[in-house]
Amino acid sequence: MSDVKNEKPLKKVCIICAKGSIEDVYATLVMGNGAVMEGIEAKLFFTFFGLDAITKKTMNKLHTSTVGNPAMRMPGGLPFPTLLGALPGVEAGVSAMMRSQMEKLDIPPVDEFLDMITAGGGEIYACKLAVDMFKLEKEDFSEHVKDIITIGEFYAMAGGEGTQIIFT
Amino acid sequence: MAEKVLGGKSVEVTDEGYLTNMADWSEEVASDLAKEYEIVLTEKHLEVLNFLREKQAAGETLTIRKVGKSGIVDIKGLYQLFPGGPLKISSKLAGIPKPTSCV
Repeated sequence: MSDVKNEKPLKKVCIICAKGSIEDVYATLVMGNGAVMEGIEAKLFFTFFGLDAITKKTMNKLHTSTVGNPAMRMPGGLPFPTLLGALPGVEAGVSAMMRSQMEKLDIPPVDEFLDMITAGGGEIYACKLAVDMFKLEKEDFSEHVKDIITIGEFYAMAGGEGTQIIFT
Repeated sequence: MAEKVLGGKSVEVTDEGYLTNMADWSEEVASDLAKEYEIVLTEKHLEVLNFLREKQAAGETLTIRKVGKSGIVDIKGLYQLFPGGPLKISSKLAGIPKPTSCV
């Protein structure tokens, strides 16, 4: 794959997700799944609002922000007025539309995506500090969450040649 | 492009070793390609390869999710059949182009 001589292949990625919007969570999931599909070890660490992606109640209902999001467009490409985005139900509608678009590209819902990643040997972790802060318990999380750990423990997994830490 | 002897005949492959013409494929070709990955093809492997060939011929974009829903093998099983590259290695052994999907 690598054309550059003397370049060492990537062996492990440690990905940190601290946000809970559809785009931030999917960036993490696509990179994590993409890694295991290439035979690269993947460890995913969810913290702060990123915990929504691994919390049973919220994981399949993630939203994208329709307010203060300059890249948001109407279908067809016209600008999406922020005031429209603030109306009740608009964000939910737009988010549902986004999820259905992804489904058409065979991008799975969050729970199934976690299932795919762990099937390939990827590991999912929750940040202890954030878990305590949001008063969550192990039972609140998807069965795919391997453990609740500190950032120190996460760093301890990030050693070895050919390892990269990615913050989404 | 390069020529490679697979299944007892000379076959054209890309620089990364994917067959350039999926019609050149046979089970013997697949089993020769599998040797590079130290995979010994079983019935299950062949079922997956044939599934991929069918979907490719139908013009569908292939993903591990699609294979997982095929009823042949689940995703965990797919990783066990083709370690280190469930879609890439299986596509190569199926004689179809390198996958272009990210999932």
